[in-house]
Amino acid sequence: MEAFTTHTGKAVPLRRSNVDTDQIIPAVWLKQVSRTGFEKGLFAAWREDPAFVLNDPSYEGASILVSGPDFGTGSSREHAVWALQQYGFRVVIAARFGDIFRNNSTKMGLLPVVLPAEKVEALQAAVEADPTLAVTVDLAERQVRWAGEVVAFEIDDYTRWRLMEGLDDIGLTLRHADEVTAYENGRQPWLPTTV
Amino acid sequence: MGRTLAEKVWEQHVVRRADGEPDLLYIDLHLIHEVTSPQAFDGLRLAGRPVRRPELTIATEDHNVPTVLGPISDPVSKTQVETLRKNAAEFGIRLHPMGDAGQGVVHIIGPQFGLTQPGMTIVCGDSHTSTHGAFGGIAFGIGTSEVEHVLATQTLPAYRPKTMAIEVSGELPPGVTAKDLILAIIAKIGTGGGQGYIIEYRGEAVRKLSMEGRMTVCNMSIEAGARAGMIAPDETTFAYLKDRPHAPRGEAWDQAVAYWTSLRTDDDAVFDQVVEIDATTLTPYVTWGTNPGQGLPLGETVPAPESFADPVARQSAERALEYMGLTAGTPLREIEVDTVFVGSCTNGRLEDLRAAAEILRGRQVKTRTLIVPGSMLVKLQAEQEGLDEVFKAAGAEWREAGCSMCLGMNPDTLQPGERSASTSNRNFEGRQGKGGRTHLVSPQVAAATAVTGRLTAPADL
Repeated sequence: MEAFTTHTGKAVPLRRSNVDTDQIIPAVWLKQVSRTGFEKGLFAAWREDPAFVLNDPSYEGASILVSGPDFGTGSSREHAVWALQQYGFRVVIAARFGDIFRNNSTKMGLLPVVLPAEKVEALQAAVEADPTLAVTVDLAERQVRWAGEVVAFEIDDYTRWRLMEGLDDIGLTLRHADEVTAYENGRQPWLPTTV
Repeated sequence: MGRTLAEKVWEQHVVRRADGEPDLLYIDLHLIHEVTSPQAFDGLRLAGRPVRRPELTIATEDHNVPTVLGPISDPVSKTQVETLRKNAAEFGIRLHPMGDAGQGVVHIIGPQFGLTQPGMTIVCGDSHTSTHGAFGGIAFGIGTSEVEHVLATQTLPAYRPKTMAIEVSGELPPGVTAKDLILAIIAKIGTGGGQGYIIEYRGEAVRKLSMEGRMTVCNMSIEAGARAGMIAPDETTFAYLKDRPHAPRGEAWDQAVAYWTSLRTDDDAVFDQVVEIDATTLTPYVTWGTNPGQGLPLGETVPAPESFADPVARQSAERALEYMGLTAGTPLREIEVDTVFVGSCTNGRLEDLRAAAEILRGRQVKTRTLIVPGSMLVKLQAEQEGLDEVFKAAGAEWREAGCSMCLGMNPDTLQPGERSASTSNRNFEGRQGKGGRTHLVSPQVAAATAVTGRLTAPADL
């Protein structure tokens, strides 16, 4: 995956809560067997409404999505992450995330940033007042910065390191293949197989 | 200090633990379906990696399949199903394709085969994998990158979630089901309440549930925000598993039961959070909004957005009422529906179909009513009991096994503006088809609603 250290870009405020992954990418888009082309399905139903925020030309080119709480709840579909990335988003900021979405994001290099609800609200208001506002998300410093505001966020060291190095989890795990084999040799004898 | 059930199962599966890293967790069973696996297999091919343990992996076709006999007419769905068949053949994975006696919704077939057992770690590229926790294992949904990771390594790096006990005291009153219990729990703790936790459901009402009811409860843990929910194994669990095709036999059975019996939270163990629910106060629950936390007892009225103190909840309710086409103050019992759906990994098991049949026996449905068995085996068993005849005589449609109207990926969908009473798990906007409006209910309420055309409890008939 693409490494992430720091990113500065325009942000777009999504003033909705419980943005479930069915809204991010409706199920009909999940029939594809490739990993590309999902940007067309991003928020497909909501984008039909001309008043939807992503249809506002002043937010064109935004790469940071600033959402209400409980973003990415529901289905485990990683297609939601692919759709956001392929549309051009590098970061999603919210007060709370669905666990599986958050996990999927960090596997793909889309940075999920948890900020306190009042800071999310302040950032949304700042972007609404000035859609050209430059927002910086600094993973190295664990900070979000805009217009003189500096807000710290938490992320565990390991995930931060993986994201900053752009490392593939499978490659990392395969370094420990011997330990996996040793574990397998001690598994309980009655455990089922599918054959 | 003692340990919780979740801690015991987790510790049993740690392959590697190092400072500053997530645990590397061994995965005992990997379930696969056509939707979230194709890009994972592509990744393996690209890197030249084999599947480490194909014999701990099983695949089925469920999300895309039509529930009427015949081939898949949608070419895109057809390609996805054919891709799974090619991948399963290439990597040596057992597959139950459409038409096969073992085919069904992925979370129904695992337990049915006896592959889901206490103390196991089980994953699938599907958030409702939490269902399998009903047997006392840790089971959770994963994304496609993690599907690829498990295929390649049979492990996952993960931090152990915090632990939450949901203590359900007392007994469920007659006519109140496992579905009502979990809808009430989600309404209480909210869709984010379980984020970062593994939930253990405990207490008298949980102990008295059948395995099927326990699966319904654990299934919707994800709707409460928790990746996994679990229930300690007991005699009910062992009786369900005994003699299933993949359950241990003979001496191995005795060894397994001895171990499974140790899988319970120690008396002095401490949970990170405890939530208490009094089962005796519960009544049939239905959802009125567009997230599963927006639920109320059927006897209530559609809430006014102003009644929510929290501005986020108020705005969410406003938007939900607009989408659902509902007016605050309307009694929930007066809401008319166009379609009733009984099925899904939440409520598509034999016990659910029996419950619906009991209500529909000798009655006529007023709405389009789809009864969709969760697996081909459930279908066969229902037909052996004559339930299909009861449904057909009532005017309901008796279908083939699949995910069906739980999600808009196959031909069973709502039209824009259509309203359903559905035994599935998600009432999100457009979940059952673009513009469709969903009320989540138990199989009993679904069947009674089919009879009157309005949200109805069996006791109202």
